[in-house]
Amino acid sequence: MTISTGKPYEGSMENQDRDSQDTGPTAEAYMLPSAQPVRLIDPQGSHVHNDKYPLPDGELLLSSYQKLVVGRRINDQANALVRQGRMAVYPSSHGQEACQVAAAVVLEKQDWLFPTYRDTVAVITRGVDPLEVLTLLRGDWHSGYDPHEHKTATQSTPLATQLLHAVGVAHAAKLKGENTVVLALCGDGATSEGDFHEALNFAAVFHVPVVFLVQNNEYAISVPLKNQSVAPSLAHKAIGYGMPGERVDGNDLAALLSVLGKAVDRARDGGGPALVEAHTYRMQAHTNADDPSRYRSQDDVEKWVPRDPITRMRTYLRQLTVLDDDGEGRIAVAAEDMAATLRNGLNTEPEVNPEDLFNFVFTEKTSQLREQSAMLREELIRDAALETVEP
Amino acid sequence: MTEATLEVEAAKDSQPSQPATTVTFAKALNAALADAMESDKTVVMFGEDVGPLGGVFRITDGLTARFGEERCFDTPLAEAGIMGMAVGMAMNGMRPVVEMQFDAFAYPAFEQVVSHVAKMPNRTKGKVKLPLVIRIPYAGGIGGVEHHCDSSESYYAHTPGLTVLAPATVRDAYTMLREAIRFPDPVVFLEPKKLYWSKETVDLEELRESFESSDSPQTVGRAVVARAGTDATLIAYGPSVPTAMAAAAAAAVEGRSLEVIDVRSIVPFDDETVCTSVRRTGRAVVIAEAPGFASVASEIVARIQERCFHSLAAPVKRVTGFDIPYPSPKLEHWFLPSVDRILDAVDELQWDER
Ligand SMILES: Cc1ncc(C[n+]2csc(CCOP(=O)(O)OP(=O)(O)O)c2C)c(N)n1
Ligand SMILES: [Mg+2]
Repeated sequence: MTISTGKPYEGSMENQDRDSQDTGPTAEAYMLPSAQPVRLIDPQGSHVHNDKYPLPDGELLLSSYQKLVVGRRINDQANALVRQGRMAVYPSSHGQEACQVAAAVVLEKQDWLFPTYRDTVAVITRGVDPLEVLTLLRGDWHSGYDPHEHKTATQSTPLATQLLHAVGVAHAAKLKGENTVVLALCGDGATSEGDFHEALNFAAVFHVPVVFLVQNNEYAISVPLKNQSVAPSLAHKAIGYGMPGERVDGNDLAALLSVLGKAVDRARDGGGPALVEAHTYRMQAHTNADDPSRYRSQDDVEKWVPRDPITRMRTYLRQLTVLDDDGEGRIAVAAEDMAATLRNGLNTEPEVNPEDLFNFVFTEKTSQLREQSAMLREELIRDAALETVEP
Repeated sequence: MTEATLEVEAAKDSQPSQPATTVTFAKALNAALADAMESDKTVVMFGEDVGPLGGVFRITDGLTARFGEERCFDTPLAEAGIMGMAVGMAMNGMRPVVEMQFDAFAYPAFEQVVSHVAKMPNRTKGKVKLPLVIRIPYAGGIGGVEHHCDSSESYYAHTPGLTVLAPATVRDAYTMLREAIRFPDPVVFLEPKKLYWSKETVDLEELRESFESSDSPQTVGRAVVARAGTDATLIAYGPSVPTAMAAAAAAAVEGRSLEVIDVRSIVPFDDETVCTSVRRTGRAVVIAEAPGFASVASEIVARIQERCFHSLAAPVKRVTGFDIPYPSPKLEHWFLPSVDRILDAVDELQWDER
């Protein structure tokens, strides 16, 4: 990702002969990822210089830090709501909040985000109403928000399928001459699905503005990354499709903002797609239904505690003196406000209309659906009458 | 691991025979896999999270520990890959059993299933057999979010070349999975998720001996009368069987005697057992969770009307899911066939006119 101009890679198949005489950059020189994941703030909270990736300014870091703290609170609160039976299931992104926040923050309003089931924090950070976001995992409906309103696709469960949709949105945007970048999320496990490969190839062939962000949290439910891929890194896969790959410390918010920001800028300038692999860790169970003790030790999890994304950012910002006690107080209040919103919202039962079951399957209900809808309505009227007779 | 060490491992772990105990549906499936792997070294089990985790429903629990990583293993996360590799392994003398994690997550494998698994024996005039089993935790009633509750049996049943089984009892869970693994053709084995925790008192050792003492299938292609009755026949399979049984029990209280047939083998379909019952009772209701339109339930109704028309006192009715995507957890109770809906359908079988 050293090339930030909008120039497509010139060494594509048809140019190969000419290119071999060129003294210009080879594909390897800019498509292969850095030797180590890019890191700008180390776990101790100190800045690490990087020639390619400048540190974002203090203001952006501070506002993003607040989102990080709020994101952690969302995870904690949602976990609690599952335990209390207020939600059906919650795939926590505890430990991955820096990826979630950066994915939302680097996008403009007109850009699109394609999240997965694990990316609730990214979707809320993007500005979607938290209660609408939790509709899916609460079990009221399959999706609670309007994807067009927020340019945020539904949270996708069938792995990697959303990546092709992201390519399609970007392709349409390109054809329509829109200034739109699409950021598509998936996990390390999902990179094994055929759709992942098709999406990257399509994106590269059509040279569309998509940034693929893989949150490599080292596990796909119980399966560790080593059983998933033996490539040098997931970011290395990019070159096989003809796009640059980069890897970044997924617990370093500053590095994520810088690396993703650059990939988004490049895509916006017509530079085409890019693949970014964020190295992070799933600190909690896959979902509340999972028992991680069957496949990994708590010791392995503990190793990641000192690499927490919040701790290092806080230390760094305190050193910078852009964050002080007052600031921390304000951030804590924002986090508690978010938690209260979730609690209050989920402690009230929403009205559900049984006819909604039939209302959206087609633009116009088929006669069969009208019949079935009437049958259910009659049943419910009868049940209600029975209830009043025999309480 | 060599063949010899595999045998030693297996012998070390084989359990002494146990008397009848309370066994869950999940445990019966687990025992069937273990017994199959023990008795036939070509049986291998693979899929997503089936190794150390033992599957998200624990159906493969302990198999990797007992038989080694070569016999029960996790693959990269790709259903088409799992299915395609199973085809190749079956071509080369193995008996792969693969797990698709959930019904809707089997769809990436659909091309392999319909284009190759189902067609290979026919295409090669029987020269290439594919003795493989595709295990699919399926259907709803567990409060699962979208993509975790599909009743996908019709897609498979509609594809010639696929044998499609759906057990509903703990005993059948064991015997049918063993028969599926021994079967010469590919089997789609549908495991009703909501029954995984159901229990029966069974002697697994006795089931094993009974299965191993006979070469001919007892369950493939054979429906079973789950409850005898005289007034009407309820026909169900998989997750709908307990609902049909509950409806029959409720009807008995009101003085109506309902027979319940557990289809269990969707393909091949047992016309004889079903029609014998319907000809005798003269009335039938078919119950299934899948949307009714163009479904297995429609096929069963059509077959009954074609074969039993002159014995019928009323048109055959269906109680199925609505023709809508499976609803979210809070709404699924409105979707699923219920005892009330079954009894309503039975009431509508033109009783006055007889
Ligand atoms: C096509 C498909 N197959 C299987 C599943 C079941 N499943 C849900 S999450 C998951 C693991 C995904 O791992 P990864 O991509 O690393 O994402 P993570 O959950 O770690 O965020 C699996 C196997 C699914 N949702 N979709
Ligand atoms: Mg993962």
